[in-house]
Amino acid sequence: MAKHQSTRRKALADGVRAFAPLLIAVVPFGLVFGIVAAGSEVGPWLGGATSFIIFAGAAQLATLQLFDAGAAGAVVIATALVINARHLMYSAALAPAFREFPKGARFALPYLLTDQAFAISIVRFGEVEDPVYRQWFFTGAGLSLWVPWQIFTIAGIVLGAQIPASWSLDFAIPLMFVILLVPTIKGRPELIAAVLGATVAVVAAGAPYGLGLIIGALSGVAAGVLAYRAAP
Amino acid sequence: MTNVGIIFAIGIGTYLLRLSFIGIVGDRVMPEWALVPVRFVAPAVLAALIAPAVLLADGALDLSPASNPRALAALVALLLAWKTRSVPVVIAAGLVAVWALQAVF
Repeated sequence: MAKHQSTRRKALADGVRAFAPLLIAVVPFGLVFGIVAAGSEVGPWLGGATSFIIFAGAAQLATLQLFDAGAAGAVVIATALVINARHLMYSAALAPAFREFPKGARFALPYLLTDQAFAISIVRFGEVEDPVYRQWFFTGAGLSLWVPWQIFTIAGIVLGAQIPASWSLDFAIPLMFVILLVPTIKGRPELIAAVLGATVAVVAAGAPYGLGLIIGALSGVAAGVLAYRAAP
Repeated sequence: MTNVGIIFAIGIGTYLLRLSFIGIVGDRVMPEWALVPVRFVAPAVLAALIAPAVLLADGALDLSPASNPRALAALVALLLAWKTRSVPVVIAAGLVAVWALQAVF
């Protein structure tokens, strides 16, 4: 037990430390999100509460953008879940390690699963096999994003309330998406997926119920799959 | 559905996606046919989010820096994101580009 305790403490600290360099991106992203939420259609507090309820930056921004555009509820939900579908991939990759965790942790920790926590955990899981270490390392990495995300969302909301609309800060939403997009273009099929997704989304922008985005996104995915099949 | 209900539905759905293979599907590995499309979701969705927001003005394609400064500013941001990957740099440059174009035209 004493051994477990020291493993836990070390693993938690390692998780926090491994995450630290990523905070450079998390802090301004959280601030920008809070500022955007402050000016959103759903209001600052419900917009900001998505940081707690959804806890996935890109989906949160897209949700606010769709609400602002007056999209139908079902379309907002479907679009956000398509954006978050990548978590299926992370969940599949982490499942063998998580199977060794106590049941409570196995059901609670996936709430903390993000792009960043996945990326650093999957690397460390390849190096350390101890389930106790893995569980607390993931907890440390996960909380390292969760805690500042909540704090800087609130800070952004407070800041956003002071900023006049003429500053065009809503333009920060597509800028944030640009930053998220660039590292996903890992090859030709990804580039084709992005170009077609963008083109179809522009053409379909007038589609009813705010369906344009999801039509564009699914067209892009289809184009990516075809391009991958042709030349992986 | 109320806005609160929509946001909770997304929150619960997102949690279930995260839990999927860990807590629900169990031992099975993700089949290849499902793995390939998921890879292209992020680039396709993000591009589909960006393009209409920066290329359209009042619902019509508008690439003029005078009437739609966001198109050119987004191009600047894209180049900087590619070169620097820095959140503060891209946000600041994109916003300054919009303000500068608004001031010039």
